[in-house]
Amino acid sequence: MSKIGRFGNYGGQYVPETVMNAVSELQKAYEKYSKDPDFLNELQELYHQYAFRPSLLYYAEKMTKDLGGAKVYIKREDLNHTGSHKINNALGQVLLAKKMGKKRVIAETGAGQHGVATATVCAYFDMECEIYMGREDMERQALNVYRMELLGAKVTGVDSGTATLKDAINEAMRDWATNIATTFYCIGSVMGPHPYPTMVRDFQKIIGIEAKKQILEMEGRLPDCIIACVGGGSNAMGIFYDFIPDKSVRLVGAEAGGKGADTEFHAATLTKGDTGIFHGMKSIFLQNEEGQIAPVFSISAGLDYPGIGPEHAWLHDTGRADYLSITDEEAVQAFEYLSKTEGIIPAVESAHAVAAALKIIPTMQKDQIAIINLSGRGDKDVQQIAKYRGVDLHV
Amino acid sequence: MSNRIEKTFAQLKANNQKALITYIVAGDGGIDLTEKAVLEMGKNGADIVEIGVPFSDPIAEGQVIQEGSLRSLRDNHTTLKDVFRLVENLRKQTEMPLLLMLYANTIFRSGKETFFAKCQETGIDGVIVPDVPFEEHDEFLETAKQHDIRFISLVTPASTGRIEKIAAAAEGFLYCVSSVGVTGMRDKFSTDFDSFFKEIAEYTKIPYCVGFGIRNGETAKKMGTYCDGVIVGSAVVDKIGKYQQDALPKIADLCQELKAGLNQQ
Repeated sequence: MSKIGRFGNYGGQYVPETVMNAVSELQKAYEKYSKDPDFLNELQELYHQYAFRPSLLYYAEKMTKDLGGAKVYIKREDLNHTGSHKINNALGQVLLAKKMGKKRVIAETGAGQHGVATATVCAYFDMECEIYMGREDMERQALNVYRMELLGAKVTGVDSGTATLKDAINEAMRDWATNIATTFYCIGSVMGPHPYPTMVRDFQKIIGIEAKKQILEMEGRLPDCIIACVGGGSNAMGIFYDFIPDKSVRLVGAEAGGKGADTEFHAATLTKGDTGIFHGMKSIFLQNEEGQIAPVFSISAGLDYPGIGPEHAWLHDTGRADYLSITDEEAVQAFEYLSKTEGIIPAVESAHAVAAALKIIPTMQKDQIAIINLSGRGDKDVQQIAKYRGVDLHV
Repeated sequence: MSNRIEKTFAQLKANNQKALITYIVAGDGGIDLTEKAVLEMGKNGADIVEIGVPFSDPIAEGQVIQEGSLRSLRDNHTTLKDVFRLVENLRKQTEMPLLLMLYANTIFRSGKETFFAKCQETGIDGVIVPDVPFEEHDEFLETAKQHDIRFISLVTPASTGRIEKIAAAAEGFLYCVSSVGVTGMRDKFSTDFDSFFKEIAEYTKIPYCVGFGIRNGETAKKMGTYCDGVIVGSAVVDKIGKYQQDALPKIADLCQELKAGLNQQ
């Protein structure tokens, strides 16, 4: 039998039989609509009119001078409606759900960015929406919980396992299996069973398509390096994808190193993980010798995931992209650095990409160009960063 | 090759009986309790036992089995090695078919060759892997076959249009999931069983049994009318959760009740 949805040996459809028909139905619908000019036009229109795309490619002049290496550009996904790149995928999937005649949309969320994006688009399309979120993340991201409720979504806390993103995915999958006929599962990253990794990447690849056009207009040439943070890896796949054939462009993913990849407290999947099968896909996972999925740790709820999308695993294996791990401390320093240097407060997830940039850019030549994908804005993280720095905000 | 699963179903058929298949999480309450419980279930009416290998993230399970899996890992740090040692010990005491129910990553991480060889060596007869659907099963099928291990297939009420191909490839017995959703005891079923089992009967050449939601003699009797046996998991794991080391008599009672229900056909 031919294996579909594979990136090298990674990917596949490792899901219970109960959801297999739904996965196939989604696959067929996606194959149809991804080639349908009307669907694609409608999506472009939504990107433009509702999400305010194209997002800016911003020349970070002060940062460039300060670092003394490559010229720094920042792809401002934080300026999208809802404040992150997650809206690109939510618009695509919920529009597809609508076309498929589904009435109810469920999603998992870690930092709350995907949950907020999904809740937003469901409000726009009048769809019933339920978001699964780990109890621990609900505490870390209380503001986003209220935001989702304000948008009309039901937020269901997940207490099982480690009460974080992976457990929210487990619970969303259980809901999907239970309400299979009515419900569309809007996965937030380039992960899960086929067609999700491909579909989510396609809905996010607008980031790289725009960035390429913008840098060619501004500089007349391709960048030398693109840096993005990776949890599941959707913003990174989004900006990488259109540059994969351009071999001169170095692609760098920044993983969550937590307290350090050599400690027990991190989420550095590609640095420390092994091949496994979980959440519908064969990919790389943090796991023990027994194949039990490992608890992960990161200051960033959005990167706090023990796996990575299968296409990243493939880019990693083939050497097309490099991945390095960034500790919480480095991310917080980068969070503060970008705020003070450019007046841009990044999401703590995106701060991992900034931290990687702070390491890489000074080693590059002045005539080189680097693009940082700033996947989201940091308003949601201010309180937690204050706490990390020992500041009590009395809220 | 015929293994214990085929022999058991042949024997049940000869006696005009239906199969009671029970499930327990290995190491929940300790591996010694699991060993005693499996034997106790065998003595009280269970014909086949599924031994669940605990997994950190059992996505196909409802709350009762999730908790059992968690207790086993958290309290007793149960490993696959412990499970195989359990099977080895059980094989010295019983000839009933024993299956492992586990998630794909456990097999993948062991290496499928090592895993299925160990299954054969210790006396496992089949495996149920809920996160390996028809589309992915050929990754494991051949290795399982080489070691005479049946790779059990599942069909569900959401398998419309898939039952024919799944049934054609099924071996051992076909696991029919009574309801969409996850494992767990149910108060009512919303599936149209007549049409569901009509399609199954049409395409299935091997015995087929129903699981998910069966919790007492009454539901066993009702569901048993449609097929060759019933599978009961959460109701057993619930006894362990509630009564821990004192669960054995409760489990024995449950098995007797289930078996009596089944035989009232």
